[in-house]
Amino acid sequence: MTALTYTLRPLEYFLTAYRRVWRGSAVTTVVTPVVYLLALGVGLGVFVDRSADLASGVSYLEFVAPGLMAATAMQIASFESAWPVLSAIKWDRQYHAMLATPLRIRDVVFGHQAYFAFRLFLTATIYFVVITAFGAVESPLGILAIPVTVLVGLSFSGPIAAWAAHAQNEASFVAIFRFVILPMFLFSGTFFPISNLPTPLEVIAWFTPLWHGVTLCRDLTLGTVSWGDLGHLAYLLAFVAVGLLAARWTYTRRLVV
Amino acid sequence: MTAQNGQPLIHARDLVKRFGDFVAVDGIDFDLQRGEAFGFLGPNGAGKTSTMRMIGCVSPVTDGTLTVLGLDPAKDGSKIRARLGVVPQQDTLDMELTVRENIVIYGRYFGLSRKALGARADELLEFVELAERANDRVEPLSGGMKRRLTIARSLVNDPDVLLLDEPTTGLDPQARHVVWDRLYRLKRQGVTLLLTTHYMDEAEQLCDRLVVMDRGKIVAEGSPRDLIARYATRDVVELRFDDSSRPEDLSYWTDGLVERVEALPDRVLLYTPDGDAATHVLHERGLAPESVLVRRSTLEDVFLHLTGRSLIE
Repeated sequence: MTALTYTLRPLEYFLTAYRRVWRGSAVTTVVTPVVYLLALGVGLGVFVDRSADLASGVSYLEFVAPGLMAATAMQIASFESAWPVLSAIKWDRQYHAMLATPLRIRDVVFGHQAYFAFRLFLTATIYFVVITAFGAVESPLGILAIPVTVLVGLSFSGPIAAWAAHAQNEASFVAIFRFVILPMFLFSGTFFPISNLPTPLEVIAWFTPLWHGVTLCRDLTLGTVSWGDLGHLAYLLAFVAVGLLAARWTYTRRLVV
Repeated sequence: MTAQNGQPLIHARDLVKRFGDFVAVDGIDFDLQRGEAFGFLGPNGAGKTSTMRMIGCVSPVTDGTLTVLGLDPAKDGSKIRARLGVVPQQDTLDMELTVRENIVIYGRYFGLSRKALGARADELLEFVELAERANDRVEPLSGGMKRRLTIARSLVNDPDVLLLDEPTTGLDPQARHVVWDRLYRLKRQGVTLLLTTHYMDEAEQLCDRLVVMDRGKIVAEGSPRDLIARYATRDVVELRFDDSSRPEDLSYWTDGLVERVEALPDRVLLYTPDGDAATHVLHERGLAPESVLVRRSTLEDVFLHLTGRSLIE
């Protein structure tokens, strides 16, 4: 009980701070999926559908929409947990303000991640509404893609927050985005099945949380769930758990000195 | 097991803080009683901030004993922090939020209700004279206003002890006096203050008792008045010379006249009970410095005597 209320206190701060910028972020959150779906689902989709051999009767729009939903969560979570975490340590120093009060490292870690979960939930919900409006959701199970998308985001925000708390400056963030996040965005099954990749790259893709998230979201919106999806879910949960533990460790090393 | 009557609020014995090979705090002893205004005076790097951070339960003790409010920071950090007020050296205000939001959010970290915080915020902003700016963003406020807001924020939980780390460093003289005035009022209200400073005038104005720190160690302890009486004379005569006319050895002129001579690069300090009388005799003996200033001794002189260096370098 105490643990939960302690986590809610930093969350309240981040929500208060978010209230100042929510308008801008809400516009982006709605416009981004519309633009992507128009360009890829509708525009590119017409070409793909003429020649594709995706699963039987699945249009490219239906294929790409849940993938984009998961991949967007990855991008938002990664961005939010890189600069803002370093800032809370180094520039605006809000973690230091929190740690001068009864709050503990774990409250600060979980409170910030709870805020990411909230942001991801908003984004995922809007995304889901948009892809439903585009006719890309085949199954009522699709609604479960919303919590799964939140999980995909958290599987990135944990490890990246852990890294940010370790980083002395922001130089490494650009490298992470260029060499980790962008390749994952392109090659983790969002835009085409990873079986199209050369075998070594396909093997790498199996290990990315995004591939598991994309696959799970897609199975849910298409209604093609199987027992194997529990494996994807477990993989994501494990990633989130490891990320949180890693963050708690690096936060402690950085802030309790 | 909390601090009761007679038991010190903060108790430290042989307290040590090391960062790798570097010894920031090198075995210090002190006790803080309820209602006191206690100061750590020393130059940058003396170990004051490290000491404050250990007391504030944000930095683990390397060695020795430290109890705060009768509790052990290693075990009960969260419980202790719930009863401390902290004014850190560097402000940790949220620049994008309003003055009032900063207090309310901070109060929420202590688990206080929004309703109680509404009234508390008004009261505190009144106290630090920021009531008119309550709904303004923090970012454009002056340095002195931000400091006052940080002080107001630190009082939100009605702390047993207020920890102030260099409370007026970086402020202009006028803003410093406003902050001092507010801290002085808190002291009169019976709030226990623990502060670090490298300004001797700040220490003199605010501290009932202080320790002088240098290179991680406590080199003297007492009230400002005691320390001056013990380590300096009532008056100081400051002599300045042209480069050419400065005598190598002043003992010919000062013999029997002063208790102690400190030769600094830019001036010579003569410690004597009666500065005017000493100046008169020096003239008679034919010493002709470029300028002569007679003043009362300060903690600066105490520090100089104890360490051979000045506080602000």
